Amino acid sequence: MTIIQFIIVGAALFSMGLYGVITRKNAVLILASVELMLAAVNINMVAFDRYLQDQLHSGQIFALFIIALAAAEVGIGIAIILMIYRNRQSADVDELNLMKG
Amino acid sequence: MTILLQSVSFSDWFREVANWAFILIALPTLFGAWRTVTSNNIVRAVLYLVVALGGTAAMFLMLGAAFVGWTVVLVYIGAVVILFLIGIMITRAPLGADTQLSHSTDVKVPAALLSVVLFGVMATALIDAFGARMIEPFEPTSTSEMANILFGRFVVPFEVVSFVLLAALVGGIAIARKDDEGGEQ
Repeated sequence: MTIIQFIIVGAALFSMGLYGVITRKNAVLILASVELMLAAVNINMVAFDRYLQDQLHSGQIFALFIIALAAAEVGIGIAIILMIYRNRQSADVDELNLMKG
Repeated sequence: MTILLQSVSFSDWFREVANWAFILIALPTLFGAWRTVTSNNIVRAVLYLVVALGGTAAMFLMLGAAFVGWTVVLVYIGAVVILFLIGIMITRAPLGADTQLSHSTDVKVPAALLSVVLFGVMATALIDAFGARMIEPFEPTSTSEMANILFGRFVVPFEVVSFVLLAALVGGIAIARKDDEGGEQ
Protein backbone atom coordinates (compact mmCIF):
# COMPACT_ATOMS: atom_id res chain seq x y z
CA MET A 1 0.00 0.00 0.00
CA THR A 2 1.17 3.46 -0.80
CA ILE A 3 0.33 6.63 1.12
CA ILE A 4 -0.79 8.49 -2.00
CA GLN A 5 -3.78 6.23 -2.72
CA PHE A 6 -5.39 7.16 0.59
CA ILE A 7 -4.71 10.88 0.47
CA ILE A 8 -5.92 11.11 -3.14
CA VAL A 9 -9.24 9.56 -2.10
CA GLY A 10 -9.26 12.03 0.81
CA ALA A 11 -8.67 14.94 -1.57
CA ALA A 12 -11.44 13.73 -3.88
CA LEU A 13 -13.90 13.40 -0.99
CA PHE A 14 -12.97 16.87 0.24
CA SER A 15 -13.49 18.41 -3.22
CA MET A 16 -16.88 16.70 -3.57
CA GLY A 17 -17.85 17.95 -0.12
CA LEU A 18 -16.90 21.48 -1.16
CA TYR A 19 -19.01 21.11 -4.32
CA GLY A 20 -21.94 20.00 -2.18
CA VAL A 21 -21.59 22.86 0.28
CA ILE A 22 -21.63 25.39 -2.57
CA THR A 23 -24.42 23.90 -4.69
CA ARG A 24 -26.88 22.54 -2.12
CA LYS A 25 -29.76 24.73 -1.00
CA ASN A 26 -31.25 22.45 1.64
CA ALA A 27 -29.58 23.05 5.02
CA VAL A 28 -29.59 19.34 5.99
CA LEU A 29 -27.74 18.43 2.80
CA ILE A 30 -25.17 21.19 3.40
CA LEU A 31 -24.46 19.59 6.78
CA ALA A 32 -24.15 16.19 5.04
CA SER A 33 -21.57 17.69 2.66
CA VAL A 34 -19.63 19.09 5.61
CA GLU A 35 -19.61 15.55 7.04
CA LEU A 36 -18.03 14.35 3.79
CA MET A 37 -15.25 16.93 4.17
CA LEU A 38 -14.65 15.85 7.78
CA ALA A 39 -14.49 12.21 6.66
CA ALA A 40 -11.84 13.20 4.11
CA VAL A 41 -9.79 14.84 6.86
CA ASN A 42 -10.14 11.68 8.97
CA ILE A 43 -8.76 9.53 6.15
CA ASN A 44 -5.71 11.79 5.94
CA MET A 45 -5.25 11.70 9.72
CA VAL A 46 -5.27 7.91 9.93
CA ALA A 47 -3.21 7.42 6.74
CA PHE A 48 -0.46 9.76 7.92
CA ASP A 49 -0.56 8.20 11.37
CA ARG A 50 0.27 4.89 9.69
CA TYR A 51 2.80 6.40 7.29
CA LEU A 52 4.77 8.23 10.00
CA GLN A 53 4.69 5.18 12.32
CA ASP A 54 3.71 7.36 15.26
CA GLN A 55 4.16 5.50 18.55
CA LEU A 56 1.46 7.66 20.23
CA HIS A 57 -0.99 7.18 17.33
CA SER A 58 -1.84 10.88 17.45
CA GLY A 59 -3.52 10.69 14.05
CA GLN A 60 -6.01 8.07 15.17
CA ILE A 61 -6.67 9.92 18.44
CA PHE A 62 -7.30 13.13 16.52
CA ALA A 63 -9.61 11.26 14.16
CA LEU A 64 -11.62 10.21 17.23
CA PHE A 65 -11.73 13.84 18.42
CA ILE A 66 -12.88 14.98 14.97
CA ILE A 67 -15.64 12.36 15.04
CA ALA A 68 -16.81 13.60 18.46
CA LEU A 69 -16.76 17.23 17.34
CA ALA A 70 -18.60 16.33 14.13
CA ALA A 71 -21.31 14.68 16.23
CA ALA A 72 -21.58 17.85 18.32
CA GLU A 73 -21.70 19.96 15.16
CA VAL A 74 -24.52 17.90 13.68
CA GLY A 75 -26.48 18.05 16.95
CA ILE A 76 -26.27 21.84 17.07
CA GLY A 77 -26.80 22.13 13.30
CA ILE A 78 -30.01 20.11 13.28
CA ALA A 79 -31.28 22.11 16.28
CA ILE A 80 -30.62 25.38 14.45
CA ILE A 81 -32.26 24.07 11.26
CA LEU A 82 -35.29 23.01 13.33
CA MET A 83 -35.50 26.50 14.86
CA ILE A 84 -35.21 28.13 11.43
CA TYR A 85 -37.89 25.80 10.09
CA ARG A 86 -40.23 26.80 12.94
CA ASN A 87 -39.78 30.46 12.18
CA ARG A 88 -39.66 30.38 8.37
CA GLN A 89 -41.42 27.11 7.42
CA SER A 90 -38.47 26.24 5.17
CA ALA A 91 -35.05 24.61 5.39
CA ASP A 92 -33.88 26.40 2.24
CA VAL A 93 -30.86 28.57 3.03
CA ASP A 94 -31.64 30.91 0.12
CA GLU A 95 -34.80 32.05 1.88
CA LEU A 96 -32.91 33.19 4.96
CA ASN A 97 -32.61 36.75 3.73
CA LEU A 98 -33.89 38.63 6.80
CA MET A 99 -30.56 40.42 7.21
CA LYS A 100 -30.32 41.43 3.56
CA GLY A 101 -30.50 45.20 3.17
CA MET B 1 12.24 8.56 13.95
CA THR B 2 13.21 7.51 10.46
CA ILE B 3 10.83 7.32 7.56
CA LEU B 4 11.98 4.86 4.97
CA LEU B 5 11.78 6.22 1.46
CA GLN B 6 10.76 3.02 -0.23
CA SER B 7 8.96 3.45 -3.52
CA VAL B 8 6.89 1.12 -5.63
CA SER B 9 6.38 0.97 -9.37
CA PHE B 10 2.97 1.14 -10.99
CA SER B 11 2.89 -2.50 -12.10
CA ASP B 12 4.07 -3.70 -8.69
CA TRP B 13 1.23 -1.76 -7.13
CA PHE B 14 -1.36 -3.81 -8.98
CA ARG B 15 0.32 -7.05 -7.97
CA GLU B 16 -0.56 -6.53 -4.30
CA VAL B 17 -3.91 -8.06 -3.31
CA ALA B 18 -4.58 -5.38 -0.69
CA ASN B 19 -4.59 -2.73 -3.41
CA TRP B 20 -7.36 -4.51 -5.31
CA ALA B 21 -9.32 -4.52 -2.07
CA PHE B 22 -8.55 -0.83 -1.81
CA ILE B 23 -9.96 -0.17 -5.28
CA LEU B 24 -13.07 -2.19 -4.40
CA ILE B 25 -13.51 0.08 -1.35
CA ALA B 26 -12.53 3.39 -2.93
CA LEU B 27 -14.85 3.24 -5.95
CA PRO B 28 -18.10 2.81 -3.96
CA THR B 29 -16.86 5.44 -1.51
CA LEU B 30 -16.35 8.02 -4.24
CA PHE B 31 -19.59 7.04 -5.97
CA GLY B 32 -21.49 7.41 -2.69
CA ALA B 33 -19.91 10.80 -2.07
CA TRP B 34 -20.74 11.90 -5.61
CA ARG B 35 -24.39 10.88 -5.31
CA THR B 36 -24.57 12.51 -1.86
CA VAL B 37 -23.81 15.90 -3.34
CA THR B 38 -25.76 15.48 -6.60
CA SER B 39 -28.84 13.34 -5.88
CA ASN B 40 -32.21 15.04 -6.37
CA ASN B 41 -33.84 12.86 -3.74
CA ILE B 42 -33.02 14.08 -0.24
CA VAL B 43 -33.46 10.71 1.50
CA ARG B 44 -31.32 8.98 -1.10
CA ALA B 45 -28.64 11.64 -0.74
CA VAL B 46 -28.40 10.94 2.99
CA LEU B 47 -28.45 7.16 2.44
CA TYR B 48 -25.61 7.49 -0.09
CA LEU B 49 -23.74 9.27 2.70
CA VAL B 50 -23.91 5.92 4.53
CA VAL B 51 -22.09 4.31 1.58
CA ALA B 52 -19.39 6.99 1.58
CA LEU B 53 -18.87 6.84 5.34
CA GLY B 54 -18.93 3.03 5.32
CA GLY B 55 -16.17 3.18 2.71
CA THR B 56 -14.06 5.43 4.93
CA ALA B 57 -14.64 3.02 7.83
CA ALA B 58 -13.43 0.15 5.64
CA MET B 59 -10.33 2.19 4.75
CA PHE B 60 -9.62 2.69 8.45
CA LEU B 61 -9.84 -1.08 8.90
CA MET B 62 -7.39 -1.50 5.99
CA LEU B 63 -5.02 0.89 7.73
CA GLY B 64 -5.20 -1.19 10.91
CA ALA B 65 -7.17 1.45 12.80
CA ALA B 66 -9.97 -0.88 13.89
CA PHE B 67 -11.15 1.24 16.81
CA VAL B 68 -11.51 4.38 14.70
CA GLY B 69 -13.21 2.37 11.96
CA TRP B 70 -15.85 0.89 14.23
CA THR B 71 -16.32 4.26 15.92
CA VAL B 72 -17.15 5.71 12.50
CA VAL B 73 -19.67 2.93 11.95
CA LEU B 74 -21.30 3.45 15.35
CA VAL B 75 -21.22 7.24 15.55
CA TYR B 76 -21.65 8.29 11.92
CA ILE B 77 -23.77 5.54 10.42
CA GLY B 78 -25.54 4.73 13.68
CA ALA B 79 -26.20 8.19 15.04
CA VAL B 80 -25.36 11.06 12.70
CA VAL B 81 -27.20 9.69 9.66
CA ILE B 82 -30.26 9.00 11.84
CA LEU B 83 -30.06 12.61 13.03
CA PHE B 84 -30.03 13.73 9.39
CA LEU B 85 -33.08 11.62 8.63
CA ILE B 86 -34.86 13.06 11.68
CA GLY B 87 -33.93 16.54 10.46
CA ILE B 88 -35.38 15.76 7.03
CA MET B 89 -38.61 14.46 8.55
CA ILE B 90 -38.99 17.39 10.94
CA THR B 91 -38.43 19.98 8.23
CA ARG B 92 -40.94 18.10 6.02
CA ALA B 93 -38.73 18.13 2.99
CA PRO B 94 -40.41 16.64 -0.09
CA LEU B 95 -39.51 12.96 -0.07
CA GLY B 96 -39.59 12.36 -3.83
CA ALA B 97 -37.32 13.80 -6.50
CA ASP B 98 -36.99 17.55 -6.03
CA THR B 99 -34.99 19.94 -8.16
CA GLN B 100 -35.12 22.58 -5.44
CA LEU B 101 -32.43 20.81 -3.39
CA SER B 102 -29.57 22.28 -5.39
CA HIS B 103 -28.80 25.56 -7.10
CA SER B 104 -29.26 25.90 -10.84
CA THR B 105 -26.54 25.47 -13.43
CA ASP B 106 -25.18 29.00 -13.06
CA VAL B 107 -23.97 28.04 -9.58
CA LYS B 108 -23.15 24.40 -10.36
CA VAL B 109 -20.69 25.12 -13.17
CA PRO B 110 -18.41 27.47 -11.18
CA ALA B 111 -18.69 25.16 -8.16
CA ALA B 112 -17.67 22.14 -10.26
CA LEU B 113 -14.82 24.15 -11.74
CA LEU B 114 -13.65 25.21 -8.28
CA SER B 115 -13.83 21.64 -6.95
CA VAL B 116 -11.96 20.20 -9.93
CA VAL B 117 -9.26 22.89 -9.67
CA LEU B 118 -8.94 22.32 -5.93
CA PHE B 119 -8.64 18.57 -6.46
CA GLY B 120 -6.12 19.10 -9.26
CA VAL B 121 -3.94 21.38 -7.14
CA MET B 122 -4.07 19.02 -4.15
CA ALA B 123 -3.44 15.90 -6.25
CA THR B 124 -0.50 17.48 -8.08
CA ALA B 125 1.08 18.72 -4.88
CA LEU B 126 0.54 15.44 -3.04
CA ILE B 127 1.83 13.25 -5.88
CA ASP B 128 4.82 15.57 -6.19
CA ALA B 129 5.48 15.30 -2.45
CA PHE B 130 4.81 11.62 -1.79
CA GLY B 131 5.02 9.93 -5.18
CA ALA B 132 4.86 6.17 -4.72
CA ARG B 133 6.13 5.93 -1.17
CA MET B 134 5.03 2.82 0.65
CA ILE B 135 3.30 2.50 3.98
CA GLU B 136 5.61 0.17 5.90
CA PRO B 137 4.15 -3.17 7.00
CA PHE B 138 2.45 -2.60 10.33
CA GLU B 139 0.74 -4.27 13.23
CA PRO B 140 -2.93 -3.24 13.57
CA THR B 141 -3.49 -0.90 16.50
CA SER B 142 -5.32 -2.86 19.18
CA THR B 143 -8.15 -1.29 21.14
CA SER B 144 -6.26 -1.70 24.43
CA GLU B 145 -3.33 0.19 22.92
CA MET B 146 -5.69 3.00 21.87
CA ALA B 147 -7.22 3.01 25.37
CA ASN B 148 -3.81 3.30 27.01
CA ILE B 149 -2.91 6.29 24.83
CA LEU B 150 -6.34 7.93 25.06
CA PHE B 151 -6.50 7.70 28.86
CA GLY B 152 -2.78 8.32 29.33
CA ARG B 153 -1.19 10.98 27.22
CA PHE B 154 -4.44 12.41 25.81
CA VAL B 155 -6.69 12.24 28.88
CA VAL B 156 -7.06 16.03 29.28
CA PRO B 157 -8.05 16.68 25.64
CA PHE B 158 -10.38 13.69 25.92
CA GLU B 159 -12.16 15.23 28.92
CA VAL B 160 -12.32 18.60 27.17
CA VAL B 161 -13.93 16.97 24.12
CA SER B 162 -16.41 15.27 26.44
CA PHE B 163 -17.42 18.62 27.90
CA VAL B 164 -17.67 20.19 24.45
CA LEU B 165 -19.98 17.37 23.36
CA LEU B 166 -22.08 17.71 26.52
CA ALA B 167 -22.33 21.49 26.15
CA ALA B 168 -23.19 21.19 22.46
CA LEU B 169 -25.96 18.66 23.07
CA VAL B 170 -27.42 20.63 26.00
CA GLY B 171 -27.22 23.73 23.80
CA GLY B 172 -28.95 21.85 21.00
CA ILE B 173 -31.79 20.89 23.33
CA ALA B 174 -32.02 24.49 24.58
CA ILE B 175 -32.22 25.84 21.02
CA ALA B 176 -34.71 23.30 19.70
CA ARG B 177 -36.98 23.21 22.77
CA LYS B 178 -40.48 24.58 22.29
CA ASP B 179 -41.44 27.28 24.76
CA ASP B 180 -44.19 25.99 27.02
CA GLU B 181 -46.87 28.66 26.80
CA GLY B 182 -46.25 29.22 23.13
CA GLY B 183 -44.64 32.50 24.14
CA GLU B 184 -43.11 34.28 21.17
CA GLN B 185 -39.75 35.83 21.91
